[in-house]
Amino acid sequence: MSLYTPEKLAEIDAHSRKARRAKKWNQFLHMVGNHSLLIGLSAIFILPLYLVVVISLMSKGQAETRSLWPHPFVWHNYLEVFTAVPFLKWTLNTLFVSVMGTIGTVVSSVPPAYVLSRLQWKGRQTTFLIILSTMMLPGQVTMIPVYIIFSRLHWIPSFLPLIVPSFFSSAFSIFLLRQFFTSIPDEISDAARIDGCSEFKLMMRIIVPLAKPAISAIALFAFLGSWNDFFGPLLYIVENENLWTLGIGLNAFQGIHHVDTNMMMTASALFMAPVIIIFFFSQKVFIEGVTLTGVKG
Amino acid sequence: MSLTRVNAISPFKKKGDIAPPRKKLKVPRLFIFLCLSPWLFGIIFFTAYPMVSSFYQSFTKFNLIESPKWVGLDNFHRMFFEDDDFWKALKNTIWISAISIPLRICFAIFTAWILTKPKMGKSIYRTIFFLPSMVPAVAGTMAFTYIFNPAYGPINKMLEAIGIKEPPFWFMDPAWSKWGLILLGLWGIGDTMIIFLAGLLDVPTSLYEAAELEGASGWQSFRYITLPLMTPVIFFSTVTGVIGSFQYFTQAYVASGQVNDYSHSMYFYATHIYYSAFKAYEMGYASALAWVLLVITLLCTLVILKTQKRWVHYPNGSLFK
Repeated sequence: MSLYTPEKLAEIDAHSRKARRAKKWNQFLHMVGNHSLLIGLSAIFILPLYLVVVISLMSKGQAETRSLWPHPFVWHNYLEVFTAVPFLKWTLNTLFVSVMGTIGTVVSSVPPAYVLSRLQWKGRQTTFLIILSTMMLPGQVTMIPVYIIFSRLHWIPSFLPLIVPSFFSSAFSIFLLRQFFTSIPDEISDAARIDGCSEFKLMMRIIVPLAKPAISAIALFAFLGSWNDFFGPLLYIVENENLWTLGIGLNAFQGIHHVDTNMMMTASALFMAPVIIIFFFSQKVFIEGVTLTGVKG
Repeated sequence: MSLTRVNAISPFKKKGDIAPPRKKLKVPRLFIFLCLSPWLFGIIFFTAYPMVSSFYQSFTKFNLIESPKWVGLDNFHRMFFEDDDFWKALKNTIWISAISIPLRICFAIFTAWILTKPKMGKSIYRTIFFLPSMVPAVAGTMAFTYIFNPAYGPINKMLEAIGIKEPPFWFMDPAWSKWGLILLGLWGIGDTMIIFLAGLLDVPTSLYEAAELEGASGWQSFRYITLPLMTPVIFFSTVTGVIGSFQYFTQAYVASGQVNDYSHSMYFYATHIYYSAFKAYEMGYASALAWVLLVITLLCTLVILKTQKRWVHYPNGSLFK
């Protein structure tokens, strides 16, 4: 006689189906749990941004009543901010400094990164170690003498102290580019060299185009670094109101003239907007850049 | 005789045993020099000279107008024995680092870990979690001081709505202002989180499968697989966290300007350097402060480096061993 009678088999089948269903149910519960946790966290992360936007659309009176929804919507705030504070000028100043800083960083960081990764020479490792250690050096240690240099050159207040240093390489950008350049196979260079390609041409025509993702990452970091910078402008341009950047303007304006809070939130929202828009378009570049080096900016 | 000696030293240098020398590439010295020149110029004028100069200035009295006057160790004596603000700043800085560095790491692990879970919508969640770390520090701080304002900010209204009777006054209250800054920091966890996320995704799934077969619970596989493999990232974040926290400036400066922080509860080490140098124009004293900062940071880094053998696991051997 068989051990597995039809009844027994049916029982086993029912049992395993039950187990499978229980497992599915369990997975479903897990999924619901995970998603509600993720949605909750997302809400917390979004909340401050949401509040800024919402308050920026309130009337002056309503902005101080702790309400969570504009009534009525004062779209006009976004026009008024340009007359209430010299917002356009601040934006143009910030844009100018950021664009120049980005150009400087890219132009001056590609060549050092190239020779550090694509060529063999004595002292290469030492140079790389020096670059790594300057990345860790607190800016405060060099800040005062650098300030004195710029003040002797009569560059304070002006944009020059914010722009010129970026034309002398950034350790972080060299590091990021070098990591990427190293991953390009040597055979490509060898082939070009055998064909009689000069080293400069090889860098510009072959390696740079291949390293576009890394170069856009450092450009992005440099741009955001200048756009978000507060300390540099605080040292070098605060004395001349015509040179103020968005950060300095937003921070200082309230102390000097009285500006309503809804206006300040409108200005903050406009200050954040470009960064957020850039982020949505360049997320991949950005996240790869962070993971390639483990550092932001 | 001499030949045998050479052979004894290097067995490979026998006649006829040498591989034909690879055609050596001419090292383009001029090209290398030209390429490095922007960096060389930068490191000389913006790093090396300033370091030497600020080291010298830390032993002087210097106000930018008159030339520096040598005062020996006076600046350091003043710092440790006469300057109450220095101790206040140091205490504030240590307090906030001791709380925010571990908290940030835990929160980064948690957010990164939860991000690896869902099958759908991963990238949307990741974008949302990462977004706040992109917000300019000034704008983020202004937003926080406003929405956490006890009188007209909506956050306390929400806290009251969920049953917290007397929510703190946050930035307006010296006992709570640092917590406001810590929350602001946690909000911008994105960049740290991404590093942890990359680390988590590198953990081979076979390890988790094996653990599941052995009947390990979710917590056990996190504790005995994920966490040990994350230690290099934790180590790295601790080091950069310590270095960063001694330079913590913008958020604290903006927040204390917004709420008139009379009791100096948001007065940190970097703030003290800034005020000494650019408000009081005591460049010598500020340089001394900066060098003490460098020494403290180096010491902390060394201590963490020393302890790493005990808790950091490198799957493929260490970079620093």
